[in-house]
Amino acid sequence: MKQCLVVDDSRVIRKVARRILEELAFEIDEAADGQEALNRCKKSMPDAILLDWNMPVMNGIDFLRRLRNEPGGTIPIVVFCTTENDLEHISEAMLAGANEYVMKPFDGDIIQAKFMEVGLL
Amino acid sequence: MTISTVDFDFVAREVKERSGLVLTPDKGYLLDTRLGPLARKDGFASVEEMLRTARVRRDERVLAAIVDALSTNETFFFRDKIPFESVREHIVPKLFAAKGKGARIRAWCAACSTGQEPYSLAMTFEEMRAAGQPIEAEIIATDLSDRVLEKCRAGLYSQFEVQRGLPITHLMKYFSKQGESWRVNDRLRAQIEFRRVNLLEQFNTLGMFDIVFCRNVLIYFDADAKKRTLERIAAQSHPHGFLLMGGAESTLGVTDAFQPTPDRRGLYARNAAWRKAA
Ligand SMILES: C[S@@+](CC[C@H](N)C(=O)[O-])C[C@H]1O[C@@H](n2cnc3c(N)ncnc32)[C@H](O)[C@@H]1O
Repeated sequence: MKQCLVVDDSRVIRKVARRILEELAFEIDEAADGQEALNRCKKSMPDAILLDWNMPVMNGIDFLRRLRNEPGGTIPIVVFCTTENDLEHISEAMLAGANEYVMKPFDGDIIQAKFMEVGLL
Repeated sequence: MTISTVDFDFVAREVKERSGLVLTPDKGYLLDTRLGPLARKDGFASVEEMLRTARVRRDERVLAAIVDALSTNETFFFRDKIPFESVREHIVPKLFAAKGKGARIRAWCAACSTGQEPYSLAMTFEEMRAAGQPIEAEIIATDLSDRVLEKCRAGLYSQFEVQRGLPITHLMKYFSKQGESWRVNDRLRAQIEFRRVNLLEQFNTLGMFDIVFCRNVLIYFDADAKKRTLERIAAQSHPHGFLLMGGAESTLGVTDAFQPTPDRRGLYARNAAWRKAA
């Protein structure tokens, strides 16, 4: 079973994402900010990360840059999932090493399509 | 509210004659759910009143709107993926082998709905060019509905639509943001010519094609209309031409004009030996 870390400061969003991804046969772990996510990854790298941008403590883009510099940090496939929906943010995320990008609001179809796009399904 | 049998029969006959769509009685609910909003929008007191107007006055505009409201426009970018892989990996190499490398390719999306299919094809060609292939292509995209063609020409898609099937790298490369929507870049839009064509009517003025996408439309036709349409598409296809159909469609048992390509789902090759019966 593939593991996916859901990183979002909203409990509601984490719950929705969890439900969608569990249905797609992922094993889910959750983190509420980038620092918490980084700690998780240092212990063990997940196969996939669904990543919010704006979060307290450490935001998504800072997390991603640090993750990619960790040993084994290029392994997880990172799908951004954020309300930021302009070209500048998308480009910045892709440059920082994201693999795909979801603009909120999302639903099961979008998550499934994007995860297929990056070969997670 | 339920539609009377007389009204249902009238709508079913008009729709079949105009678009080929077969409305079976179990689809009666569609009349309520899809024609209700249309009747309200056009200021009719009820669906019945709209149908009465359509029937008695033979109001062409209302009739066309009814046909449009009852047809399914569901589509998305790179739908099923495989057809676009087939273009890149199988069709273009075969066409180049037959016509010479870099030969001009004519492609037709025969029921393009809101445009995601022809734009996906145009992006496929662009990606091949970027990879150094000498692609010179002309894409004609047609549909019965003026409403969807307008959207095709505008090339404007919602955030939801650009997230179904379109890789983010393609969004970045081929679209620009406009308000909360995304617009296909001019360069890509200029590569496609959109026209209204009813597949039940003549389309030989479109000329001859190397590639025809006819996906998820014949599925709504009866066997006879399916066969006639496919054979008329064959007549507009070069002997080395290809046809792409939807996941639930096939030419098998319908016509010999095209033959399935082994291991390429949805891909059919023009049967060069086939001749249209006189
Ligand atoms: C489900 S969409 C298919 C879109 C696209 N080919 C795809 O596979 O995603 C079907 C389209 O066929 C069009 N259509 C239905 N009857 C037609 C006819 N007789 N001639 C041309 N287009 C027709 C409808 O307007 C609709 O846009």
